[in-house]
Amino acid sequence: MSLEFSAEAQTKISALCERYAVSGGKQPVVMAALHLAQKEFGHLSDDALKLVARTLDLPYAHVYGVATFYTMYRREPGGTTTIRVCTNISCMLRRGYEVLAAFEQQLGLKKGQSNKDFTLVEEECIAACANAPCAVVGTKYYLDITPDKVPQIVAELKQNPHPESEVV
Amino acid sequence: MPTPIDTKLVTQRFGDEQGKTLAGYERTGGYGALRKALAMRPEDITAEVKASNLRGRGGAGFATGVKWGFVPKDAKVVHLVCNADESEPGTCKDRELIYWDPHLLIEGMIIAAHALRAVHNYIYIRGEMMREYAVLQRAVDEAYQRGYLGKNILGTGIECHLTVHRGAGAYICGEETALLNSLEGLRGQPRLKPPFPAVKGLFGNPTIVNNVETLMNVPLILDKGGAWFNGLGMGRSGGTRMICVSGHVNKPGVFELPMGITFNQIIHDVCGGLAAGRTVKAVIPGGVSMPPLDASELDVPCEFDALQTDERIKPVMVREGQQFDLGGGRALRTMAGSGGVVVMDDQTDIPRAVWRIMKFFAHESCGQCTPCREGTGWLEKVSRRVAEGNGKPDDLELLASIAHGIAGNTICALGDAAAWPMLGFLTKFRADFEAKIAKKVKAA
Repeated sequence: MSLEFSAEAQTKISALCERYAVSGGKQPVVMAALHLAQKEFGHLSDDALKLVARTLDLPYAHVYGVATFYTMYRREPGGTTTIRVCTNISCMLRRGYEVLAAFEQQLGLKKGQSNKDFTLVEEECIAACANAPCAVVGTKYYLDITPDKVPQIVAELKQNPHPESEVV
Repeated sequence: MPTPIDTKLVTQRFGDEQGKTLAGYERTGGYGALRKALAMRPEDITAEVKASNLRGRGGAGFATGVKWGFVPKDAKVVHLVCNADESEPGTCKDRELIYWDPHLLIEGMIIAAHALRAVHNYIYIRGEMMREYAVLQRAVDEAYQRGYLGKNILGTGIECHLTVHRGAGAYICGEETALLNSLEGLRGQPRLKPPFPAVKGLFGNPTIVNNVETLMNVPLILDKGGAWFNGLGMGRSGGTRMICVSGHVNKPGVFELPMGITFNQIIHDVCGGLAAGRTVKAVIPGGVSMPPLDASELDVPCEFDALQTDERIKPVMVREGQQFDLGGGRALRTMAGSGGVVVMDDQTDIPRAVWRIMKFFAHESCGQCTPCREGTGWLEKVSRRVAEGNGKPDDLELLASIAHGIAGNTICALGDAAAWPMLGFLTKFRADFEAKIAKKVKAA
């Protein structure tokens, strides 16, 4: 199925191409275009990658290479809200793995899995180490989490979904 | 005279919700330094920054003014890039700095861009920092509207553009050449140096890459003078330092502190010590890439040169009787890195903590160089079995040999970043690893 960007996304891409015109091409816009495609189509299917390639005059293989290098781009459908729970050193020292386990139990998901509402990700440091353990959900941070706070966080996010595409 | 502990330069607007708006920023003197700088010759700005002894706050601690001086004089197109890809575990300062004072970063970038005669400039912000991206993009839009950015800034005839570029999840993009590749729309894999970015960087043009905190100090230097800034610091390191303290202290936090403060002062005076009955076992001084300190090494100042040369810090060993050689026989003690101080108390399972650090590097290796791609995977596997109590008698020798085989043999510093803490922990906490292995051998 051939996909198309919305008029709004096309405007954004054109404006960005201007900002990177000094490069002599459109290649630097590929990351922003992939963020936009993920926002519009939910995930980066082969068709979405082909659309980005066509829009920026790039080979499909190049776009595929970029999309598969960075962890925030997803090739498979995911939940509306992505919860990124850190377990790196500062979080681990303050019960980060127990917090991750509490999210797994509350959501009924293993890390890396998704359902309609949620994707649960074990994250590698979200730069909030002084408030460990922590999680980032779109523009929202959850700081100084303890396992007993997890049910409330999940209930809150179910009520008010917080998709990452909000800032794209 | 040492800097008072409450000197606030880059954190002066922390806690002030108005400070992040253009109106709030201007009300507290914002963009005053830019007006002053635009009336100066570019080389005079660089001279002032050189005199300040401002050193890069991203990790390497290189002298900022000297770096700016590496751009060839006859360069036609130059770029300034801000590295806002903060992702070194233990480090959480740039995220706070951007959130509370985005215009200070923008002002610092416009001044630096003028010094470098750079027109098209970029901020590379980490993909996961979605809140900070929103704050920063709004501030950049405000600066364009008010004429601080654009084709003719403040009517001076100078053109300066700033574009915020979002990453999408990759620690390696904090390495400056990987960051440039990512900005160019490539996979974020590092480039061989030389040529250094100051000679051949973004789109093949001379490019200066500076950290967020580094650039945010520039308006203050222009405002009060390089000599003043240098006077606040210690030795060859001017100004204050953002220190992020995490782990087993009573009051973790992000603090702007005097350059010469010691680790004991940070832990006990700033962060309220440890829980009752606990003592310090290990301290990571500047992000997980840096070899650790043990409890006897904490009276050393948290300053760039001191951490590399102070003889109270034991050298990292490859094995008994063989020091790790940084080149020319120089010992590796540790480095100030990114300001991420991670404190571990006496109850910490050191082999498990080390496994977690190795897991991180194995996950983040970009895969370009074999020693790093394969080596970090092996460091993770072997350190995991040791941590889980399944270690073999030769595993510590094996870990040291893998780490030594990675260090110095890769395009970028990620390989060293995995090898150094591995060797550092083995040097200073060997008994903790041996105890885990001995238990297993006994059980068998």
